[in-house]
Amino acid sequence: MNDVTLVVLVGLAALTLYALFGGADFGGGVWDVLASGQRREAQREAVAHAMGPVWETNHVWLIFVIVLLFTCFPPAFAALSVGLYVPLTFVLVGIILRGAAFAFRSQGEAWGRVFGVASVIAPFFFGCAAGGLAVGAFAWTSPFALAVGVLAVALCAQIAAVFLTVETGGALREDFRFRALAATLVAGAAAAAVPAIAARTVPSTFAALTSHATLIDIALTVGMGALVLATLAFRRFTLARVFVALETIGLLLGWYIAQAGYLIPGAATPENAAAPAATLHVFLWIVAIGAVVLVPSLVLLFGLFKADRT
Amino acid sequence: MGTSLAFHFVFAALGVGLPLLMIVVEGLWLRTGDRRYYRLARTWSRAMLALFAIGAISGTTLAFELGLLWPVFMGNTGAVIGIPFTLEGFAFFIEAIFIGIYLHGWDRLSPRVHWLCSFPIAISGALSAAAVVSVNAWMNTPAGFTLAHGVVVDVDPWKAVFNPAMPTEVLHTTLAAYVFTAFAVAALYALVLVRRPSDSEAALALRVAMLVALIAIPLQLVAGDMSSRFDAHSEPLKLAATEGQFATERGAPLRIGGIPDAAAHTTRFALEIPRLLSFLAFDDVNAPVRGVDAFPTLEQPPVLAVHLAFDTMVGSGFTLLGIALWWAFATRLGGRVPARTLARAVVLSGVLALVAMEAGWLVTEEGRQPWIVVGFWRTSEAVTTAPALDLAFYGFSLIYVLLAVTLGWLLAHLHRRNEA
Repeated sequence: MNDVTLVVLVGLAALTLYALFGGADFGGGVWDVLASGQRREAQREAVAHAMGPVWETNHVWLIFVIVLLFTCFPPAFAALSVGLYVPLTFVLVGIILRGAAFAFRSQGEAWGRVFGVASVIAPFFFGCAAGGLAVGAFAWTSPFALAVGVLAVALCAQIAAVFLTVETGGALREDFRFRALAATLVAGAAAAAVPAIAARTVPSTFAALTSHATLIDIALTVGMGALVLATLAFRRFTLARVFVALETIGLLLGWYIAQAGYLIPGAATPENAAAPAATLHVFLWIVAIGAVVLVPSLVLLFGLFKADRT
Repeated sequence: MGTSLAFHFVFAALGVGLPLLMIVVEGLWLRTGDRRYYRLARTWSRAMLALFAIGAISGTTLAFELGLLWPVFMGNTGAVIGIPFTLEGFAFFIEAIFIGIYLHGWDRLSPRVHWLCSFPIAISGALSAAAVVSVNAWMNTPAGFTLAHGVVVDVDPWKAVFNPAMPTEVLHTTLAAYVFTAFAVAALYALVLVRRPSDSEAALALRVAMLVALIAIPLQLVAGDMSSRFDAHSEPLKLAATEGQFATERGAPLRIGGIPDAAAHTTRFALEIPRLLSFLAFDDVNAPVRGVDAFPTLEQPPVLAVHLAFDTMVGSGFTLLGIALWWAFATRLGGRVPARTLARAVVLSGVLALVAMEAGWLVTEEGRQPWIVVGFWRTSEAVTTAPALDLAFYGFSLIYVLLAVTLGWLLAHLHRRNEA
């Protein structure tokens, strides 16, 4: 396996981890906004408790993905930045505001609202940017891209709710179980809308989404979604967490396969955008050595704070 | 970008410096069992939570802005300077993980293990700062690549990281973070003491911060001297600009203050100490110092801004040393409560430390103009062509001001809330 392929794999892995952990954080914000019923404050408390020790770590994955792009694929990074300038700026504003709001939440109710709203803005525009990238010409306001934006928000909400069922107990857990079921259905509907919109508006993207490899991936992903529903129905929460992770991997993989080997469809491939060999080589060595420190640290962090329930 | 950086600089400096102070106070608590140290550590850890959150966001913002504002530049140079950012990314990961453990682990870890968790924070904070500063040093003394027809080739990432200016610049900037944090914390508690002279916890905090400052500030003056000597040999134009030296001369004087007039090629009204610049830069009172005029006009930095910023930095630095020594003698290294005048001077030192740090940043940035990477790319060539840039710029600036105000308010009220 050559260095370019290895870097792409590292990038996909980091992106997936960001989608899962960063996504869970964004989703936590969604449930903060949608907190309701008599356990409204307890729900918000559970979200804050689950996020507290890990949210900063969860967002370093994004920094890592950005750094990987501009170190290993500089021309693609430049083209993406210019082409997706507007949605990425919205993402950034969302990330800034929700981070600030989370830090300042104790300072008043207003920051709490900012936290929730910003948590929806960031993944929505992330989705639009990803959709715009997939559809070509950076058309991030196309119906297809907007649908991907909605899917991204629904997916975050789903991941967060499923994770929260594992980290809570009693009536609170039932609240999140109900929310996880609802979010799974909404995410499923959004996921079904994406190819349907592609079929009507962008035939080339639809063709990519219905290629052999993509269809297999879609089938597996839908299967994972169904298993999430089933495990939630039978209250097998730990299993549901595994399946929602697999479902997320399936979705990202589907996107990657549909890109058919391009970083930017029709423009940049990993090969033609790659940095000089020396840079890739040093980058991979840093990743390998860095992982030796990073992995045990992550295990310690999650082991300390994710082993108990509220 | 400049606005973001100026703010990020403050957050980042506190993020590097505060963990060191926390190691000290929590260590003192473990050693002495004095609960006041424990309460200080708890208070500061709340400050660190807010600081690190803001630091993380402003760091993410900068990563994005590199692409959004300077896409073409990054497209050209990413392969060379991406590696230090990758190193920073890992350092940042470790920092984020252990901050999570440290801040939320007070009741879950034994006091000793908890204290040990503050070390990875301080170390990775310093390392990530070093990695980022190495990029800035690379912009001053680029290395590790050649440019063939506008395309970067022959990349050697390690040469780029360990470029000529890197050791001195990293040392000077890292020490700046400790100096600034120590004086800023000392200033905050001196302010408390001015209002309530009997507050023993504030007196203790002031003592810890001033002791760190007392160690850091002389080291910083030495590091600053090393930086100027480096400039004398490797960035002579920058040295000339910082000293307001227009003509090349033997036995050049050290100019303190004054107003450089680029049109008249002279620095007026300066206090001149004969031959001192030649001596400081080359250890020889008769050594020739090249002036700004020895370099092409189109490559000259704004001498007025650079010289004034430089003198502001150095002047603040010596004043800080003076205040630190005054404190050391007057209070017998913190054994006595400082008198009102001294406490006021310490409050002033917090402001001076901020001024010194931002002025130093101005020196390195303005001193490099018109280049973004000396000899390779001009700043004007690097800026983006994306539409509505102004709007985004003002938007980001506004957000930063908002963050800074909220953060400042939060930090200023920490001590009071702690007592409530």
